[in-house]
Amino acid sequence: MTQSTQAGVLEPAPGSDGTPRPAARRVGGGRRVLRALAPLPWITPATALILFVVIWPVVSMFLTSRQHFDSMGFDQGSAGWSNFTKLFDEPDLPGVLVRTVIWVVAVVGLTILISLGVAQMFNKQFPGRKVARWALIAPWAASVVMTSIVFKWMLNPSNGTILVLMHDLGFMKDYNSVNWLSQQTPAFIWEIVVAIFVSVPFTTYALLAGLQAVPEDVYEACRLDGAGAVRTYWSITLPLLRPALLVAALINIMNVFNSFPIIYEMTGGGPGNQTSTTTLFMYNTQQTSIGEAAAMSVVNFGFIIVVVLFFLRASRWNTAED
Amino acid sequence: MTTVTARPTPAAASALKAPAPRRLPRPRTVALAGGAYLIGLIFLLPYLEMVITALRPGNELHDRDLFPSHPTLASFTDIWSTGLGTNLGTSLEIAFGSTALVLLVAIPAAYYTARRNFRGKGLFLLLVLITQMFQPTAMIVGIYQQFLQFNLIDSVWSLILVNAGFNMAFAVWILNAYFSAIPKEIEEAAIVDGCSRVGAMFRVILPLAAPGIVTALIFTFIAAWNEFIVALTLTTQSGPRTLTVKISNFVGEYATDWQHLFAASVIATIPVIILFALIEGKVASGLTAGSVK
Repeated sequence: MTQSTQAGVLEPAPGSDGTPRPAARRVGGGRRVLRALAPLPWITPATALILFVVIWPVVSMFLTSRQHFDSMGFDQGSAGWSNFTKLFDEPDLPGVLVRTVIWVVAVVGLTILISLGVAQMFNKQFPGRKVARWALIAPWAASVVMTSIVFKWMLNPSNGTILVLMHDLGFMKDYNSVNWLSQQTPAFIWEIVVAIFVSVPFTTYALLAGLQAVPEDVYEACRLDGAGAVRTYWSITLPLLRPALLVAALINIMNVFNSFPIIYEMTGGGPGNQTSTTTLFMYNTQQTSIGEAAAMSVVNFGFIIVVVLFFLRASRWNTAED
Repeated sequence: MTTVTARPTPAAASALKAPAPRRLPRPRTVALAGGAYLIGLIFLLPYLEMVITALRPGNELHDRDLFPSHPTLASFTDIWSTGLGTNLGTSLEIAFGSTALVLLVAIPAAYYTARRNFRGKGLFLLLVLITQMFQPTAMIVGIYQQFLQFNLIDSVWSLILVNAGFNMAFAVWILNAYFSAIPKEIEEAAIVDGCSRVGAMFRVILPLAAPGIVTALIFTFIAAWNEFIVALTLTTQSGPRTLTVKISNFVGEYATDWQHLFAASVIATIPVIILFALIEGKVASGLTAGSVK
């Protein structure tokens, strides 16, 4: 193919020449076909991978949600909407849905608040800043499974480090008197704490990148105008940080909604389904009824699509075609 | 009057009770640094606890103290008798396999979309952007059914494919940014000098984009290494189990050997944290690359 000579000709003619000229000569037509085919060797592998690994399961999930399986897991034909009606009749479901909302709102909200503070701090100059920043990445890089298991260990009622510290500081009298992970509310609160713990590093880094994009002379102008620190932060920093904040929030919503290992490792969603979110509920249901689990995942997927749409609106997708 | 005379000698000024304005930030910086170190320490604590527990001898495992009195490395040598080596091998196979596959498909796609305009480019980038937001967790039921159909349960290949598919978007974005930043003239010069376009990509562009490639490589490796729910779902007890799944299964066992569990966790975690430190600055921008205008 004649890529090198065509390069200059191709550039000014992006995909916008939508109307084909009526009487294209054979050579021109051939060229156009070649031109349309030229990207294929470059992007087909990536597209194929996405279609096979990401899109296929989506289709498969929808089909499964409409299938009837017997107790052995064999396909017994169409189930209509019965998997969905069975799912909505689950007595555990309302609690699971409420907890999922609390989970996402509490974790993402607190993560953003804490990260705003931490990012502000790490954006200032001080000796050893690089080392302190490195320490922050540990929960981000480490497997969430490992982090959750350590927290479970640190919370064990007879000799967990957190309880040892509480005992030594006088907050707790007897060992084995609190077993947080076996009770619904304390267990869920600790799971929220761990989720915040693993979400703050990425969020802080994303906000730091946003803070560094704010030009220094804006602050200079603010100082000259006599604005105080709070005023400057509220009227200058936050508005300029909005794009970074929005994207960080959306990515966090997605991560937190899809979060599985924290609850799985710390309580398994139990006792019963008392600490399950929809993700855990889906996983636990999959062990007994795959059709119903598929129905749950279709519901989850609906929420994900909504977040993706918000993400696309906030993204450079709007301007990519310019 | 006094301030004017004091100005030339700042030391004298600070000796007086009114400190010079330039000196003011110092205690603030100290407080700031102290606070930042404290935050850093808090985020390290669970991993320190991981190391400390791994160093405990078995008879001190349930002691109520912060540090063992006779730390030992025994757990790190004992652990291999549980077959951890096989799990380590599986994890390495999957992580290297997915990374190779991601680079193989992401480099051409990122290069072409950075250099050329073509019909369907917008659609392709939209597809990539959407998959960046998708995670396997929500689709695990579909993924399981799919690989069941293909008879790929308990196969390392299915895990390589899934990990590569869900992490490719990040690689495409970060590489696209790097390729776009390289001036076209450089490769045009190479082409004038007799390189083919593919040759120019290999000899000129890829070396220049090396930092981006390394970032994509490490990021994919870590993501595949840490992945949990797919590895848990697509393998059975007798199949190839990753380090993460193996460690998670340790917990369920009766009378968990926590010191061994955490020795395995240290092996699975510490190298990853160090690798990640190499690319820390670029990851946040890469994750938000498709989205920040």
